[in-house]
Amino acid sequence: MAKRSAPEVNAGSMADIAFLLLIFFLVTTTMEKDSGITRKLPPMEESEEDVIIKQKNIFTVLINNKDQLLVEDEIMELEDLRTAAVAFLDNGGDGSCDYCNGVRDESSSDNPDKAIISLKNLRETSYAQYISVQNELVGAYNELRNKRALQLGPSSGFRDMNFIEMQKKYKDVKWPGNKTKLKEVIDRIKLEYPQKLSEVQEQ
Amino acid sequence: MSKFKKKKGGDLPAVNTASLPDIVFMLLFFFMVATVMRENTLKIENKLPNADQVEKLEKKDLVMYIYAGKPSSNYKKMGTEARIQLNDDFASVDEIAAFIASERASKREELVPFLTTSLKVDKEANMGLVGDIKQELRKVNALKINYAAIPGDVSKNNQ
Repeated sequence: MAKRSAPEVNAGSMADIAFLLLIFFLVTTTMEKDSGITRKLPPMEESEEDVIIKQKNIFTVLINNKDQLLVEDEIMELEDLRTAAVAFLDNGGDGSCDYCNGVRDESSSDNPDKAIISLKNLRETSYAQYISVQNELVGAYNELRNKRALQLGPSSGFRDMNFIEMQKKYKDVKWPGNKTKLKEVIDRIKLEYPQKLSEVQEQ
Repeated sequence: MSKFKKKKGGDLPAVNTASLPDIVFMLLFFFMVATVMRENTLKIENKLPNADQVEKLEKKDLVMYIYAGKPSSNYKKMGTEARIQLNDDFASVDEIAAFIASERASKREELVPFLTTSLKVDKEANMGLVGDIKQELRKVNALKINYAAIPGDVSKNNQ
């Protein structure tokens, strides 16, 4: 009995242990879905002098207690809001905006830089409806920016890329393309179609 | 010598389960890596609205969460009106400033300007509460906010 090899550890219960752990992680897992609409709040200190904005450059959207929409003093359905917002932003009334495709109506906004969307809601407005409206308005901006990106992209070498894809590519670490150039295009589009959305809550 | 009895011939050989632990471990590792432990136990109902223009929140560690919604069935005694939840407990609107301050204190100083506040508000809530939260956030100069929403069509919001 001189040499006896150490007895092998019984690994039969290994599977059970692993299963226990597996079930624990299965139960605790929440596949994170952190996404949302990013907004910037206006800073607290109000500037003293009132900025004078022409009425025609403001696109008012009011959501009432019953979640109904009043857009530019007319009742509107949520489905039509995006088209109306696009038409307003892309109007280019004073002719200074050479990339606008709007109808150039004198009584609507001057150019995308001056156009402001004013979103008003009441305390009883539901959050769901508010998000729906926000979503449509952001959608309107994105639609215009996407269209512009498809026009500007090819000359800088970014063919068939809309604005959303450009931003995605810009954030993507693995993307091999020229990021400084892409940033230029993105910044230019952002400047041409700035998101000017003011939010007011009426008591 | 019947000590080493031979098995009966008719039996099917057992399936070899030696690789079972390996398979289970593989799954285990996947879930371990993919898991994000829930930071807060929710005491409120939190059904997020749908939106299709959502952006992903990039840096998880630079996000502060404010939850709001009506108390869940276990906390009926708190009423049916939508409430705010910070960390693990119900809070009132004026506690938000303190919450933001403590969140900021827990982050490195140079990262503080990049903090985003994620508003996880139940879609049943009304805008009065959200407006109060926003006003409070403006007071403490936490201006970057994100309305948490699930990617999807907005028409689902009204159901």
